[in-house]
Amino acid sequence: MYQRITKQLLYAVSLILAVLVLNFLLIQLAPGDPAEVIAGEMGGANAEVMAAIRAQYGLDKPLLTQLGLYLGHALQGDLGTSYFYNRPVVELILSRLGPTLLLVATALGFALIVGTRLGMLASRNPRGIASALVTVLSLIGYSAPVFWTGLMLVILFGATIPLFPIAGMIDVVKQGGPLVRALDIAHHLVLPALTLGLVYLAQYSRLTRASMLEVLGADYIRTARAKGVSERQVFNRHAFRNALLPVVTVAGMQFGAIISGAVLVETVFSWPGLGTLAFQSILARDYPTVLGILFFSTLIVIIANLLTDFVSRLLDPRLAGGR
Amino acid sequence: MTLSFAFSRRFLLTGAVALTAVGTALPIFAQDVQKGGTLVMASLQKPRHLNAAVQSGLATAVPAAQIFATLLRYGADFEPQPYLAESWEFSDDNTVLTLKLHSGATFHDGQPITATDVIWSLDVAKQNHPFSSMLEPVEAFGAPDPQTVVIRMKQPHPAILLVLSSALTPVLPKHVFDDGQDIKSNPKNNLPIGSGPFKVTAFEPGQHIILERYDGFFLEGKPYLDRIIIRQYQDANSGVLALESGEAQIFPLLDSTRLIRRLEKSGTMTVTDQGYAGIGPVNWLAFNTKNSALSDLRVRQAMAYAIDRNFVTKALHSGLSKPAIEPVVQDSIFFAPDVESYDFDLDKAKALLAEAGYGEGGNTLQLRIDYIPDIEEQQRAVAEYIKAALAKAGVEVTVRASPDFPTWAQRISSYDFDMTMDQVFNWGDPVIGVNRTYLCSNIREGIIWSNTQQYCNETVDRLLNQAGVEPDLAKRKDLYAQAFRQITADIPIHFINQVPYHTVYSQAVQNPPVSIWGAMGPMDEVWLKQ
Repeated sequence: MYQRITKQLLYAVSLILAVLVLNFLLIQLAPGDPAEVIAGEMGGANAEVMAAIRAQYGLDKPLLTQLGLYLGHALQGDLGTSYFYNRPVVELILSRLGPTLLLVATALGFALIVGTRLGMLASRNPRGIASALVTVLSLIGYSAPVFWTGLMLVILFGATIPLFPIAGMIDVVKQGGPLVRALDIAHHLVLPALTLGLVYLAQYSRLTRASMLEVLGADYIRTARAKGVSERQVFNRHAFRNALLPVVTVAGMQFGAIISGAVLVETVFSWPGLGTLAFQSILARDYPTVLGILFFSTLIVIIANLLTDFVSRLLDPRLAGGR
Repeated sequence: MTLSFAFSRRFLLTGAVALTAVGTALPIFAQDVQKGGTLVMASLQKPRHLNAAVQSGLATAVPAAQIFATLLRYGADFEPQPYLAESWEFSDDNTVLTLKLHSGATFHDGQPITATDVIWSLDVAKQNHPFSSMLEPVEAFGAPDPQTVVIRMKQPHPAILLVLSSALTPVLPKHVFDDGQDIKSNPKNNLPIGSGPFKVTAFEPGQHIILERYDGFFLEGKPYLDRIIIRQYQDANSGVLALESGEAQIFPLLDSTRLIRRLEKSGTMTVTDQGYAGIGPVNWLAFNTKNSALSDLRVRQAMAYAIDRNFVTKALHSGLSKPAIEPVVQDSIFFAPDVESYDFDLDKAKALLAEAGYGEGGNTLQLRIDYIPDIEEQQRAVAEYIKAALAKAGVEVTVRASPDFPTWAQRISSYDFDMTMDQVFNWGDPVIGVNRTYLCSNIREGIIWSNTQQYCNETVDRLLNQAGVEPDLAKRKDLYAQAFRQITADIPIHFINQVPYHTVYSQAVQNPPVSIWGAMGPMDEVWLKQ
């Protein structure tokens, strides 16, 4: 047991290290450096200002020295200072981590709950209208690009029927207590979460449908029916629980993909999360912030994988004892 | 308050150069002023921090002009007006400027604003501001008493008054910022204690800036608004949607003519092109004069004759941009109409190319054009048009896209280009925004918006330098006119159009910011009709 945990931790640390080193080198390949971006922001600059900016952030040192310094600091938990915003990277990221987790968790929760329900519904009568409808809908949902869905929702709900706010996370003009604030955030969350959730909802409903159909053909289902278990019980307890396994595995594996999907959705809806920050930081050649975000998202993915492992064991006790 | 609306509509329709009065004429309606309310401004700019003494550019200037007072301010013309300085005068030889400060002015922490703070702030700007030519001629700053500021210059420096205005030299509290830290990376730049009409209470990078009325502001009764919220949007479309849904009330620096036309037609918004004389944004085609083909004057002239500015301003920019023919914009006091403007003449273009050995019978001229990414109508569309226009003159042009700004900046500043679309601002006075593009001494590899054309003409250098130290305005104008004539004759740059920046605001917004600095000026007189 302990051995397995140590092994997994070791994997995690080397994965983070590899992500940091690889991305540090990759981002250096992009032409231009932060000094050029800052000069652009300032409407021009002279040689002294440019040199001062490069010296201030250590950009005048050799690349390997920069990498060494960065890793040294990172291992001590210091992710450096954002070149662009001139604030500690950790502070910048922590202020954006909450919104991203909220968005991703809501989208994933929505996709899982609604998606599996739809999948179940479709599996009840695989040749019925409901099933066909779910299949068609999920096909559309799956093949429509996230940014397109987002833009369509923006046009529909921002301009045609202005029901939901289309940008940001809070209405800064609105004043009020914590409840007003929470409702305001929930109101702002609807469209981005829907956009991000739709793609995965489509996948999970298809997966659940297929998986249910497979499980429903299994011998133990026939046994359950034969011993007089109600159809509802067969569906919800016997079949669904087993059919959920592949869905949970896929959902866990997709956590990383969802975070990258969040980059697009956050950009479309100006959601103040890690995705928007990542996008802006890459454009600004803000190396420490980009690396910091990658560090955090690697961490999140690792944690998500551990959680998936755990949930799978809960659902299927056979997995726990096996190894 | 339908008057200002009618004015700006008429301005747009006729394109006349009237309407200098919106900002200054409004005290007539002073009795109508309704105080209070929150103004939400849609913005696409993302400031790094809010200390404009060490960070130039639009993004920082807009909030900084609200947070910090400056010694002088400007209305809709280029006449300086008192602000933190109540009065000022030059010595007889124009090398000493003495300013008297407003009494009783305080910083947002309640401490008095003294001459010591002012000269310390000016010194910070002199040492750190990216536009080093602004205060370069200054020898010494003096504070003989708490209300008097003395600026001593090596030679006359007529641009100094403009330099002391909004957006360029904010007055910082010395007791706060003089703490031994490098001012460029001082964490206090994020939420600075200021001297202007509004104090900043929140700054969430990439999201919003909240500015609250400062009750102790030294101009009695101002500002009129309780709060200004600058909300950052990802793109112009979402900013305009926010205006239409009532989420925001004002959107300055909008340059998408498609969106401007749409808002104009909607009739619920007021659209004005006033407020950009100070920025003086010019969209142009720059030549790498060291390129073997483009080093030939005839080739550069041929390019210019083959490009139809009218097509750009009328077809590409829906008639909303004005043609540019020289380094400064038409609203600049130094605009000189009598320069070679290279009006469209395809035959002349072909003849010049043939003379230079290209076209029929000679070699086909092949060139590459770059443009600043993410500026659709002004840059990419014009580059594509230039490709098509030059094809008619027998020149093969390939358009090279850059994935993002730093990539473009690196290519241009390392001279890896034949010609490029570019966008450069005048910043009010040629000393700040014009000289840098043409002076031989400013050919500096690695610096974007320096003389990347690598153009050098000693006559131009002499004229620009003379104009910079000429105190007599008429003589100064004449020197610039001579310089601009020479520059357009040498054509290191072909001027295409003025960037059609517009400010869009809802009917509730009164006294919109239309001074020469627009939203980069203090908005203490803006109010909302309830």
